[in-house]
Amino acid sequence: MRYLLRRLGFFVLTLWAALTLNFFIPRMMPGSPLQALRDRTHNKLSPAALNSLLSQFGFDPHQNIAVQYVQYLKNMATGHWGISIGGSLGVPVRKLIGQALPWTLGLVGVTTVMAFLLGTVIGIVAGWKRGGLLDGIVPPVFVVTSALPYFWVALLMILLFATGTHALLPNDGNYTNGLTAGFSGHFIFDVLKHAILPGATILITAIGGWILTMRNNMITTLAEDYVKMGRAKGLPSWRIMTDYAARNAILPNLTGFAMQLGYVLGGSILVEYTFSYPGLGYLFYTSTTNHDLPLMQALFLVYTLAVLVCVLLADMLTAGLDPRTRDA
Amino acid sequence: MSTAAITSDAGPLDPTAGHHGALGRLTQAILRNRKATAGTVILLIVVFVAVFPGLIARDDPQAAIYDQSVGPSAQHLLGTTQLGQDVFAQLIWGTRLTLIVTVVVSAIATVISMIIGVTAAYVGGLTDRALSLLTDIFLILPTLPLLIVLASYLPPGSVTMIVVLTLTSWAFQARQLRSQGLSLRARDFLAAARVRGERTSYIILVEIIPTMTSLIVASFLGLSVFVVGFAAGLQFLGLGNSTELTWGTMLYYAQQGGALEAGNAWWALAPGAAVAFMGAGFALVNYAFDEIGNPALRPVRKRRARTTA
Repeated sequence: MRYLLRRLGFFVLTLWAALTLNFFIPRMMPGSPLQALRDRTHNKLSPAALNSLLSQFGFDPHQNIAVQYVQYLKNMATGHWGISIGGSLGVPVRKLIGQALPWTLGLVGVTTVMAFLLGTVIGIVAGWKRGGLLDGIVPPVFVVTSALPYFWVALLMILLFATGTHALLPNDGNYTNGLTAGFSGHFIFDVLKHAILPGATILITAIGGWILTMRNNMITTLAEDYVKMGRAKGLPSWRIMTDYAARNAILPNLTGFAMQLGYVLGGSILVEYTFSYPGLGYLFYTSTTNHDLPLMQALFLVYTLAVLVCVLLADMLTAGLDPRTRDA
Repeated sequence: MSTAAITSDAGPLDPTAGHHGALGRLTQAILRNRKATAGTVILLIVVFVAVFPGLIARDDPQAAIYDQSVGPSAQHLLGTTQLGQDVFAQLIWGTRLTLIVTVVVSAIATVISMIIGVTAAYVGGLTDRALSLLTDIFLILPTLPLLIVLASYLPPGSVTMIVVLTLTSWAFQARQLRSQGLSLRARDFLAAARVRGERTSYIILVEIIPTMTSLIVASFLGLSVFVVGFAAGLQFLGLGNSTELTWGTMLYYAQQGGALEAGNAWWALAPGAAVAFMGAGFALVNYAFDEIGNPALRPVRKRRARTTA
């Protein structure tokens, strides 16, 4: 119980720190949202209208900064995230995020989970058969792929599969323009076709790390006495591999995976930018270039929340899998 | 988080291994491990190019004086840009700043993580709790969005790049160095130093940190892999200073100029490949470093594999 309270305290404190950074960074930096808004509306709105638009999300340049800060915290906590002052002027921020979220979860979320599962299985097998064919190929190849920059793999993919007049696959957007969204076979096929290249990019760059860490953890675990004990008892080797070695070897990776899942929302920026995929990352990129403060702040909150929730879940999962941590 | 950084937690070398002929030993260790050899050769090439770009590429990297958007030829090994600059010359001359940003960020971030991690572990108590909390918060904050927000507000340039990347990359290593520091706390040589009446700062800097050299080197290498990619990613998004010549800004211009669709694809592929090349160099050395420190991870020799099978 004390453990849980301490974790919750940490949760709140981190969230507060993120929100505070998020409040002060844009306000201390040059470039005002008021000016950006004036440019965006082509000077058509009166100063009073501009100010009321800005104050809708708690940005009131004439107000005392402390009052602004308290108001801002209150708005963030109660879900009053304001309206966009960027490219989609006047649209509620929550609506924009709601529209982009499923695309990011569907593309980046699914591929991240796939990379983790595939990488873990390959790592387990490679670590189990030391000196085997797989173990000879795996480390050098994936040390190199894990160092490849995301966006470069993306460019390579585009060059190989999506340029020229006979392009095999589309290279931008989430589905063909003009197609009506719905649960028709044609639409789903089109969405999948658009997801192949960005998805493959993520898979290629993300899988290496999981394979390497899992292999190394496996090798360390296989030297433990309880594995020898399992062998001495004459257990079938697949049981030793899964129940004895892999179950323990995967523990250090769980927290990493949880954080990675949390980073899904924010980490997708480069991929979504390169493929113009309209998810949260692309939304965030456009919000920074447009000085769209309300959108940017809300997205930053969402990103931080995602990581925090995932880390908390991983803590609980680790406690479930590893009884030793429960007393700590 | 960089994957190579995650793999670097295999533990330090034996701190008592001694410093006699350290350079000779290092050379031997590098030559004996194939990944270390490959990684070191890559890094040496990069350093050589960064120091003597003029020996390799004679063209002025910024002069837009050639035919525009032509493919590779004997004259222009990697073709030219949309403005008629030589891509090969840009690649070679861009190495220097790319390498400087990577090394400076990794070095500063390593020092910060070292000081914070070891201080937290050694001093303990409230200091430890405060520093650990700070580390955890920075670990949780979404790195890339924070980088983009900071980079989009600060004046663009290498200094901004260095500050922003340093701020967002030290936390992971600090946590590792803290746990390593905790395991050293009860050692006799620290008790002896305390009895001698040494100051805390002396004990941390002179007694503890030298025993953690190998972990610190591993931190530096892990950070480098991460920084090469992130710096290039930020510049690719257009958040760098577009007048500075780095591989990341080359990628930015290539993307803006539609290098893939029209004309010269090498304009976009070459700088990306260079980033991958340098990243792979750091990653290979880092991975080999794990193997040297943790013999269990070393590749199994064929003969031994047969006897254990």
